Amino acid sequence: MRPVSSWGRLGAPPHDIVELTDRDRVAASLRHGPGIAYGMGRSYGDACLNPGGVLWRTAGLDRLVSFDGATGRLVCEAGVVLRDIQKLMIPRGWSLPVVPGTQFVTVGGAIANDVHGKNHHVAGSFGEHVRRLRLVRSDGETIECGPDLRPDLFAATVAGLGLTGIIVQVELQLRAGNGPWLEAETISFGGLADFFALSDESEAGWEHTVSWIDCTSGSELRGLFMRARPAAGRIGRPWRERSRRVPFTPPVSMVNRLSLRPFNTLYHALGRRRTGVQVVHYEPFLYPLDSVLEWNRLYGPMGFFQYQSVVPRAAGLGATRDMLDAIARSGEGSFLAVLKTFAERPPAGLLSFPREGVTLALDFRHSRALPQLFARLDDIVRAAGGRLYPAKDARMPRALYEATYPDLPAFAAHRDPGMSSGMSRRLMGR
Amino acid sequence: MKIVVIGATSGIAEHCCRLWAAEDGADFVLMARDTAKAEKIAADLEVRGARSTSLAKAEFFDPAAIEAFAEAAVAAGAVDVVLIAHGWLSDQQSCQDDLALCRESLEVNAVSPVLFAEAFAAHFARANRGTIAIIGSVAGDRGRKANYTYGACKGLIGRYAEGMQHRFAGSGVKIVLIKPGPTDTPMTASQKAAGRKLAPVAQVARETVDGIRRGRPMVYTPLLWWPIMLIVRHIPRFVFNRLSI
Repeated sequence: MRPVSSWGRLGAPPHDIVELTDRDRVAASLRHGPGIAYGMGRSYGDACLNPGGVLWRTAGLDRLVSFDGATGRLVCEAGVVLRDIQKLMIPRGWSLPVVPGTQFVTVGGAIANDVHGKNHHVAGSFGEHVRRLRLVRSDGETIECGPDLRPDLFAATVAGLGLTGIIVQVELQLRAGNGPWLEAETISFGGLADFFALSDESEAGWEHTVSWIDCTSGSELRGLFMRARPAAGRIGRPWRERSRRVPFTPPVSMVNRLSLRPFNTLYHALGRRRTGVQVVHYEPFLYPLDSVLEWNRLYGPMGFFQYQSVVPRAAGLGATRDMLDAIARSGEGSFLAVLKTFAERPPAGLLSFPREGVTLALDFRHSRALPQLFARLDDIVRAAGGRLYPAKDARMPRALYEATYPDLPAFAAHRDPGMSSGMSRRLMGR
Repeated sequence: MKIVVIGATSGIAEHCCRLWAAEDGADFVLMARDTAKAEKIAADLEVRGARSTSLAKAEFFDPAAIEAFAEAAVAAGAVDVVLIAHGWLSDQQSCQDDLALCRESLEVNAVSPVLFAEAFAAHFARANRGTIAIIGSVAGDRGRKANYTYGACKGLIGRYAEGMQHRFAGSGVKIVLIKPGPTDTPMTASQKAAGRKLAPVAQVARETVDGIRRGRPMVYTPLLWWPIMLIVRHIPRFVFNRLSI
């Protein structure tokens, strides 16, 4: 038994870790279950944990199987990290169509959480680009599925939180790319109406859109709207990869009531000086936090929560304003609060998080004020017809989950009884 | 660049090959006991940029077969690097209790790597070029009760490499001895389960490939092991024998 924590570092319960290293010999390892697959451990709560039980670690399933340079179809094992695919394929003119805010996630994790990126309005979620999955079930059976092969099981597996079996191999459709350079623009804005106007205006011509907001500013919102699109033929300043590491966990959270307001004010002021159009490398634009390794340590030994919600656009303005007011009043919040619109697209999985509307994501250090704040935010989200993102969640009440993911009963039929996680027991009862 | 890898399914070797595939588009000749796994690795390397891969029949102990293999590998085109990476972390207590196992460990971890090194050295000497890289271990720096069978094997490799470095000093042939600390690979799964801190294999591979490129005689990876082992080697025996390290 070894302690394992997820990205939120809310605890480090002991786990019995089983390493998977050969895609053809996974079935034999699944007999020791029930358990859950563990990739890079980047989900924030208990989706990738199974306290006191088995974790099947997929880091050793990181081989590429084949690539067709004519069609852009990549077959790889589920433990391959997205960053490795990007590094290899972008120089060859291909890229992953969808990557979340960090590249340090596995292909299997990206599917199991059906992650989205800053280009949701163009490319949808990760699951939309998966052509085939090879799933090993705990009874030893190996099943191939895809959008056109056992589509019901496929739809349950995409966003299925690892509960339909172990994903061992995947076929992905890559997108013909335009090289590593992006034409990026930063626009300072004030107020939610301004944010929505900018979002609407940008969706047609810009592939990536996202906003940083100052979460201490409440509904008198100020923020930086960032948008980018491939910089066809243009090359920016040479970019060298540099990453720093937070070297240790400070004894108290560095994000607190004292630091929050000065940091946000400073960040906003610096951001305003960067406004305008620039040609930038995709890595710092799309994955700004990846340059600070182990940034989750900044929240101290108690860890932190992330709260990511989506609410339909129709209710979006009012609901987002109410949430921002509640957060500003609480005095809690984070350096990086993110606001982004989602487009209307059919979901890739039964339990996919993205839906038409506007999504808000904030980190909160562990504090006594949180349960009350979260209860208030839950009420707003539920009343607006929205939902929370399980990949980020460590505390949503089961009733809220059941009410906001209506396809849960259909999903239950596809579960593998040998798969169980902290999250599945918390939200689904087993 | 043509690279021959003995023990291609070793975690460190596989990650070194990934770097050579991506950065040099190398041609690979891979030898491994587990053919099914080696085939998966070969496919992976081709996607990552290897120009070609071929699997060699596994022959780890027969001197004539090893000589013939080296001969054939060189005949098919000059070999730039031979990475000798096969090995098996034998359990110390089992080696003490079972002499057959003890002998097997010595043959796999010490005798066999040396035979490959000599076989290729003969060809490299004639061509006056080529690099022989052998994976030793920090465990070879001093005998300890916890793993002296394995440690003695790695120590033998280290002394052998030292001798070859002397032999090829000033020539175009380079002998590189790699000394990784405990590394996160399938070989060390039991150590990991025991909660021991292990170096990431990607880092060890990066430093190994860089060391081979520069033809450095000795590479401690991660580098922190160099000062640690310097101290461990110099602890007086009367102190060392009281320690439980």
